[in-house]
Amino acid sequence: MIHSLFLINSSGDIFLEKHWKSVVSRSVCDYFFEAQERATEAENVPPVIPTPHHYLLSVYRHKIFFVAVIQTEVPPLFVIEFLHRVVDTFQDYFGVCSEPVIKDNVVVVYEVLEEMLDNGFPLATESNILKELIKPPTILRTVVNTITGSTNVGDQLPTGQLSVVPWRRTGVKYTNNEAYFDVVEEIDAIIDKSGSTITAEIQGVIDACVKLTGMPDLTLSFMNPRLLDDVSFHPCVRFKRWESERILSFIPPDGNFRLLSYHVSAQNLVAIPVYVKHNISFRDSTSLGRFEITVGPKQTMGKTIEGVIVTSQMPKGVLNMSLSPSQGTHTFDPVTKMLSWDVGKINPQKLPSLKGTVSLQAGASRPDENPTINLQFKIQQLAISGLKVNRLDMYGEKYKPFKGIKYMTKAGKFQVRT
Amino acid sequence: MTDSKYFTTTKKGEIFELKAELNSDKKEKKKEAVKKVIASMTVGKDVSALFPDVVNCMQTDNLELKKLVYLYLMNYAKSQPDMAIMAVNTFVKDCEDPNPLIRALAVRTMGCIRVDKITEYLCEPLRKCLKDEDPYVRKTAAVCVAKLHDINAQLVEDQGFLDTLKDLISDSNPMVVANAVAALSEIAESHPSSNLLDLNPQSINKLLTALNECTEWGQIFILDCLANYTPKDDREAQSICERVTPRLSHANSAVVLSAVKVLMKFMEMLSKDLDYYGTLLKKLAPPLVTLLSAEPELQYVALRNINLIVQKRPEILKHEMKVFFVKYNDPIYVKLEKLDIMIRLASQANIAQVLAELKEYATEVDVDFVRKAVRAIGRCAIKVEQSAERCVSTLLDLIQTKVNYVVQEAIVVIKDIFRKYPNKYESVIATLCENLDSLDEPEARAAMIWIVGEYAERIDNADELLESFLEGFHDESTQVQLQLLTAIVKLFLKKPTETQELVQQVLSLATQDSDNPDLRDRGYIYWRLLSTDPVAAKEVVLAEKPLISEETDLIEPTLLDELICYIGTLASVYHKPPSAFVEGGRGVVHKSLPPRTASNESVESPETAPAGAPSNEQPDVIPTQGDLLGDLLNLDLGPPVSGPPLATSSVQMGAVDLLGGGLDSLMGDEPEGIGGPNFVAPPAAAVPANLGAPMGSGLSDLFDLTSGVGTLSGSYVAPKAVWLPAMKAKGLEISGTFTRQVGSISMDLQLTNKALQVMTDFAIQFNRNSFGLAPAAPLQVHAPLSPNQSVEISLPLNTVGSVMKMEPLNNLQVAVKNNIDVFYFSTLYPLHILFVEDGKMDRQMFLATWKDIPNENEAQFQIRDCPLNAEAVSSRLQSSNIFTVAKRNVEGQDMLYQSLKLTNGIWVLAELRIQPGNPNFTLSLKCRAPEVSQHVYQAYETILKN
Repeated sequence: MIHSLFLINSSGDIFLEKHWKSVVSRSVCDYFFEAQERATEAENVPPVIPTPHHYLLSVYRHKIFFVAVIQTEVPPLFVIEFLHRVVDTFQDYFGVCSEPVIKDNVVVVYEVLEEMLDNGFPLATESNILKELIKPPTILRTVVNTITGSTNVGDQLPTGQLSVVPWRRTGVKYTNNEAYFDVVEEIDAIIDKSGSTITAEIQGVIDACVKLTGMPDLTLSFMNPRLLDDVSFHPCVRFKRWESERILSFIPPDGNFRLLSYHVSAQNLVAIPVYVKHNISFRDSTSLGRFEITVGPKQTMGKTIEGVIVTSQMPKGVLNMSLSPSQGTHTFDPVTKMLSWDVGKINPQKLPSLKGTVSLQAGASRPDENPTINLQFKIQQLAISGLKVNRLDMYGEKYKPFKGIKYMTKAGKFQVRT
Repeated sequence: MTDSKYFTTTKKGEIFELKAELNSDKKEKKKEAVKKVIASMTVGKDVSALFPDVVNCMQTDNLELKKLVYLYLMNYAKSQPDMAIMAVNTFVKDCEDPNPLIRALAVRTMGCIRVDKITEYLCEPLRKCLKDEDPYVRKTAAVCVAKLHDINAQLVEDQGFLDTLKDLISDSNPMVVANAVAALSEIAESHPSSNLLDLNPQSINKLLTALNECTEWGQIFILDCLANYTPKDDREAQSICERVTPRLSHANSAVVLSAVKVLMKFMEMLSKDLDYYGTLLKKLAPPLVTLLSAEPELQYVALRNINLIVQKRPEILKHEMKVFFVKYNDPIYVKLEKLDIMIRLASQANIAQVLAELKEYATEVDVDFVRKAVRAIGRCAIKVEQSAERCVSTLLDLIQTKVNYVVQEAIVVIKDIFRKYPNKYESVIATLCENLDSLDEPEARAAMIWIVGEYAERIDNADELLESFLEGFHDESTQVQLQLLTAIVKLFLKKPTETQELVQQVLSLATQDSDNPDLRDRGYIYWRLLSTDPVAAKEVVLAEKPLISEETDLIEPTLLDELICYIGTLASVYHKPPSAFVEGGRGVVHKSLPPRTASNESVESPETAPAGAPSNEQPDVIPTQGDLLGDLLNLDLGPPVSGPPLATSSVQMGAVDLLGGGLDSLMGDEPEGIGGPNFVAPPAAAVPANLGAPMGSGLSDLFDLTSGVGTLSGSYVAPKAVWLPAMKAKGLEISGTFTRQVGSISMDLQLTNKALQVMTDFAIQFNRNSFGLAPAAPLQVHAPLSPNQSVEISLPLNTVGSVMKMEPLNNLQVAVKNNIDVFYFSTLYPLHILFVEDGKMDRQMFLATWKDIPNENEAQFQIRDCPLNAEAVSSRLQSSNIFTVAKRNVEGQDMLYQSLKLTNGIWVLAELRIQPGNPNFTLSLKCRAPEVSQHVYQAYETILKN
């Protein structure tokens, strides 16, 4: 099982270590540093590194490497999933997960880590339960604690830990009972030079914020459940009911949680809401190259596309770009060669465009590679797959809750090749 | 007010200050001080000096303070074992606390203190906690058993904790079940032999019930445990699969992959005609695709596993090609894995898309990725024949980009395409030649030279091109030198008139000016071939090339099956069985896919079992490879990869002869040739092996005249047993037996190719052995052995090889070589193949000899359960050359006096006592070399009982 954990920042300092079995010397991280040196970028450090006596499994998030040390055969996904869970928990506790914040809360971090694993076996990883065991620090609580001498460690066994619904504690009470569901879809797509779609898929999630008194039993049904043939559920969802009736039936955890995530794959037709017209040509360093891109709406079901940001990694040989946008602002970083254009809303009557010239470094030959354009955007009130919630019912409690559903479509990894 | 304040220090010295604070009367101050201590500990500062002061704070009703002290204890108890004892009392008291949280915390912490003295005190509280009324305490205690086992395994066994742990598998609470399974699995891993998790349908049922209700992590433990179970028939397999399938929709990717493992393994038992089989296949695809939308680290592990799954069952993902298309900002490790899977999934249906993608990748920034993409295009061409033309034109487009590394990779793969489709795409040679100057990598240069040599007759200025390479011959790498040598010889054989000078030049460069033995050897061979028999040279050098296999880097089917059992583990990430890399290799249990057993035939045991059983005995006598290597050096191993032309030379001549005999004589003439590998070993074994054949058969003709009538049928032949399993020999399986028929011994072999590539160039060699057994003729495998084909060969043997006493006496060590590698195995031959036909001793002689041999040389054996009578015994033994000299009846018992002679002239005399009606015989053997008696007895047993 998981032996130890090291947190390493991007400059290669180990700023926290935690051991769940015997102490493993931090020199084991030297192997990690070697791999880090070999990799050109932090993202490219391989997630599994063998050393003579241990294996190092790492994830890179928030500019921090979370390196787990294992000694025996342990499923690597188990370790990596756990590491991601650690990051999520930190974020949940402290709002952000960064080196200064972890250092500021080092004792809480240590206590939380101790609660999450016992001898390398996961103990409590549900944030609901953890928060009952170790209360997250708030300014108010710190003040109260100092005055009253009470602590931020719960001395009661968390109620949810052993019940049939470990994700929910008993005795929840709210004055305003409300349940909100956000259907968020991200489009991952690769569009080729000519504008035709190479791959497109939708990663969708339904995130929920449920604040309901008691033990409510909810059912959620869809207008078109057939869309959901590839789904992953929160453990609270009754799988049998879904299999037979295509209805989500569950006792919700208290607070924020991800009810389900789904995947609409390439077989079903995925609507592409934007198009990019581009004309990029590089010349030899003696003359200027041309650069022109226009962004426009495609299949938007009548909704507005907003929050559009265009980024593109220019080839190394590019010295500078002199561009003028029809709307929004743009920057070009001559060091990283990253072009970024914050477009904002797309007005279908007046399409935003960015035009100008590209100059190459003196003596540089025409670049071999073509830059890929990365697109970010948002569409409110639309689930691009067409998924629609039919109704939400509550059983088991008497009060009438306030219910709300929001839809949103975003760009995931949306790339246009040029 | 953040914790960073704990790091600030004062001038007086941190430790001193902390000590004072820890001993303060104020609770709040104490707690703050402990927090400071913990903060220092987390960053690796040594605060062990504060041990007594911190332990003093332990007796408190403040839970946070208690937890903090426990944290400290776990870290430092090891370095201060005597002090740690001070804490024991508090622990024991806490284990009785009414609050289950505190009970659990105490037992949990105690288990983490890795001090022997403390573990003694742990046993009683732990026993109580394992039976605690609160499941939270029980599940914590279950893990504690694993901790304790890690510290002191003996103690855990003595105290009977393992049995208690096994009982917990039937606990009413699913979380307790999951933790018990996890703990048992971890203990079992360090004790592979112990049968801790003996799974039966009842316990499986309990696990499946717990699976639905426990936490995600518990589900992983249970699924991994289920994967070790072998259902008794297909019905049970199906019902387990049905109950595991819902896990595929879990949000935790590790749960999903563990479920995939269980399904992939149990699917093996389901019949493909079953409707359920098809349903299951369809259900597996979506979760695998979903794994690819997770974080890159998860994607990587998923991709490594998908790589295995795609090789085992390509049908699952055949329609999902697009999800493996590479995004430009994927991490490089994800990109490379995706590319690999794309090629595996490439088929005629999707090849156009794949090629378009690959071409796109070839213009990316990352050099490693671009190279692999170009190679991928070549692999597509070889895999999907219809696409070859398109691939070639794509490669030509890429060559036009003139990007140096792209051109070089393209040329390397075009060489392979030429190999696969000879005489089809030669029109592109001109384009290739234009890029000759830009090639600076050895592999690309070698490929280009090969192309020029192979198509020398089509290239007008082939001689000029090759000559240009020759100028810097000594600066080239070995690969290029060897290729250049072969190419020029080819050119000479094709255009002898114009290139005589060139070939002389290269031969002298290779043989006289080079200190590389491989190069020199090859130079000499060519030289000699060209000077003695140019026709033969042409046949050897320009021989037809064996086909190259479709896919080069597929995993061996046997290894693949094993790896499927390890889906989701490190083994699946490294594509190696755990025995190859798990620390210490402490007896990792070998896993294999279950055989397909239908429920209606489950009563009879599957036929595979008895066939597998005899082979189990074989590996015991196999010595380590190192020992064998020394003795077997006279088998010419040849350079490991000798380039395409040399590998083809075996067809009729036998590579061993060519390299061994030819070169030996050649070396004899050339005094400067010292150091060639052939000098090390005496050719003794090789030469008589060739000469022996006619002599042996002549002798046996002679014997034949003297032998009795009964010998015509030949002696008993044992059924073939597997001598060399495919796992150990890169896919070559050898099974065989020994026969003796009319005076000649032979080894009947069955060679089976279980690898994916064609096998050629077979040769065999025996190590010295007790009776001088040696092959009387080279191993003749006429056609190359294609995958999944097997061939039966009878290899005549003689007994004039060199003799060395082996242990056991009838041990025979054998080396078999093919184009892939050299493999070693050893086998035991039955002694009766050595019983010669003139083994009948004269009566008088028998009596005299019997008396003459001292009594201590007599050995007595029992032959049990043989239903034959004296007559039948006698005639049966005679057919295996054991002759009855005389027969007597003493007190109702039949006494048979028998004689036999071994090939090396040793006589063995026997007295066989048979009591009519009693199936047990008594055999007394007398021999001047008593060590053979045991084996003669075994021969009797085999002959009489079969």
